[in-house]
Amino acid sequence: MATKRFSLPDPQAAVTDELLMKHIERGSRVIDLGCGDGRLLQRLRDEHGCSVQGVELDLDQLLACVGRGVPVLRADLDRRLDEIPNDAFDYAVLSQTLQQLRHPTKILTEVVRVAKRALVVVPNFGHWRVRHQVMWHGRAPVTSELPYEWYNTPNLHFMSMTDFRDLAERLNIEIVRELPIIGRFAYERAWLANLRAESLLYLLERKDVAS
Amino acid sequence: MTDEETPFDPDQSVGFVETQFATLFEPPNELVLESGAKLGPVTVAYETYGELSPEKDNAIFICHALTGDAHVAGWHDSKDRKPGWWEDFVGPGKGLDTNRYFVICANVLAGCKGTTGPMSIDPATGKPYAMAFPFITVGDMVAVHAELVRYLGVERLLAVVGGSLGGMQVLDWVARYPEQMRAAVCLASAAKLSAQGIAFNVVGRRAILSDPKFKNGEYYGEPEGPRYGLALARMVAHITYLSEVSFEDKFGRKLQQGDRFQYDLEKETEFQVGSYLHYQGKRFVERFDANSYLCLTHAMDYFDLAESYGSLEEALGRTDARFLLSSYTSDWLFPSSQSQELVSALLNRQRNVTYVELESSKGHDAFLLEIDPLQKMITPFLEQTRAAD
Repeated sequence: MATKRFSLPDPQAAVTDELLMKHIERGSRVIDLGCGDGRLLQRLRDEHGCSVQGVELDLDQLLACVGRGVPVLRADLDRRLDEIPNDAFDYAVLSQTLQQLRHPTKILTEVVRVAKRALVVVPNFGHWRVRHQVMWHGRAPVTSELPYEWYNTPNLHFMSMTDFRDLAERLNIEIVRELPIIGRFAYERAWLANLRAESLLYLLERKDVAS
Repeated sequence: MTDEETPFDPDQSVGFVETQFATLFEPPNELVLESGAKLGPVTVAYETYGELSPEKDNAIFICHALTGDAHVAGWHDSKDRKPGWWEDFVGPGKGLDTNRYFVICANVLAGCKGTTGPMSIDPATGKPYAMAFPFITVGDMVAVHAELVRYLGVERLLAVVGGSLGGMQVLDWVARYPEQMRAAVCLASAAKLSAQGIAFNVVGRRAILSDPKFKNGEYYGEPEGPRYGLALARMVAHITYLSEVSFEDKFGRKLQQGDRFQYDLEKETEFQVGSYLHYQGKRFVERFDANSYLCLTHAMDYFDLAESYGSLEEALGRTDARFLLSSYTSDWLFPSSQSQELVSALLNRQRNVTYVELESSKGHDAFLLEIDPLQKMITPFLEQTRAAD
């Protein structure tokens, strides 16, 4: 497999966690949808005094949460999360998960329902290297760090920054902030962001809340 | 609830244990039941395993289900056919690790395994209470357990654990004595029994009440009680503890003898599934009392946590205990949706809740049989609870 192929950021990258922590106020009530082993929530609890709740489908990951003392619900994000009440949280986190779900529109509606604000991190398939790869090598964008090919990658959907904006508009979701993540940093504004950002961090609200 | 044989292995078990008895609520300090009636003294049959720590911070109370008893683990004597009902989960190195925790279980009020119930002698008449036994509720059972815990010198439990009707007791305990536990573990349970669940209890009670030997509950002096009615009640109930898939896996359409139909209208055990249910009914009659069954199923049907405390939020929101809830995919008696209602209420009140729906084909009985995932969850859960402030 070509090692030069474009890599998606590791969903559990410390960089992403740092960025998310910066955007969550101390003492907030936070739910992480697709929380993995719960390390972000553990840090939010221990370092930011947050009250935390995880949601995870994988049983081993879920047990890791229990081992960290992070409360967690087993749920499939592709189904409705009826057991989570409206506005039960200050922040909902959906980090590098959206592209892996079968129904991105459903979960986006849910993240802004269960929390007043949502922090969503998505990969940007508008990145120049993805375009380059498709254009010049005729290869689909897959992760080279992980043992996936196009036929078994967990990433089901490929969207760019522009695509995400369109979807938010359609779902009546306000993009409060849009931070392109380039390398280790998130920028308030970046030149040619849709070409340069590997990922994007969005701060979202329901339009009825935002107005 | 299902019979599973476990070979005796003293290293893997709490070994030989004895049921103990406590007398609580002696007059004039009788137990005031939810109905307003007074009951006392109340004898409580209980067992304990492991040692209470000097800080008294490692006690776990197990609430048993409808037809369980205080004998959770170990053997009473070497002739026992089976160990306690949760042997695989309670013992040294097991889910409820008796090397680390002091585990308590008691027979419920109105039961027939040593705790005061319809079989007990009414001090007022010198005869068994039978139908004169007062109506009891899940809350009354909890009131007795909570008193036993205090009697054993434990102010605050590390956890209260229970499945099914035992889970209902856990929920009521949390609402009634919110400061008495640091964690609540509620397996395959619900804040109320569904109409479908009540329906099966109705049939079970009908079977007992229509047995000519029931005699309005006054059968204790008779050579034989309402054994056919009670067995039938158990057969019906037993169906609700399994699932379509587990029936299929266990029996399919297999016949008890040979592979040909016998064309005998009176033959009841032709199919293996029939033989199994008859066997379950027969064993049950040997160990259970019909009046007790009526009392306990009524308590279960009447239980409605939201109704009793105003709302689920009111009931569950007053404790700081951590919650661990589980449900099982094939459990149609206490479906996952009912656990999810509890989760919603707990999230509404910002409680600490972990909820896991586990895949199982074993129906409601899964909480007793799927020990491995349960152990993997509860071990770190209890460690974290104990380590927290």
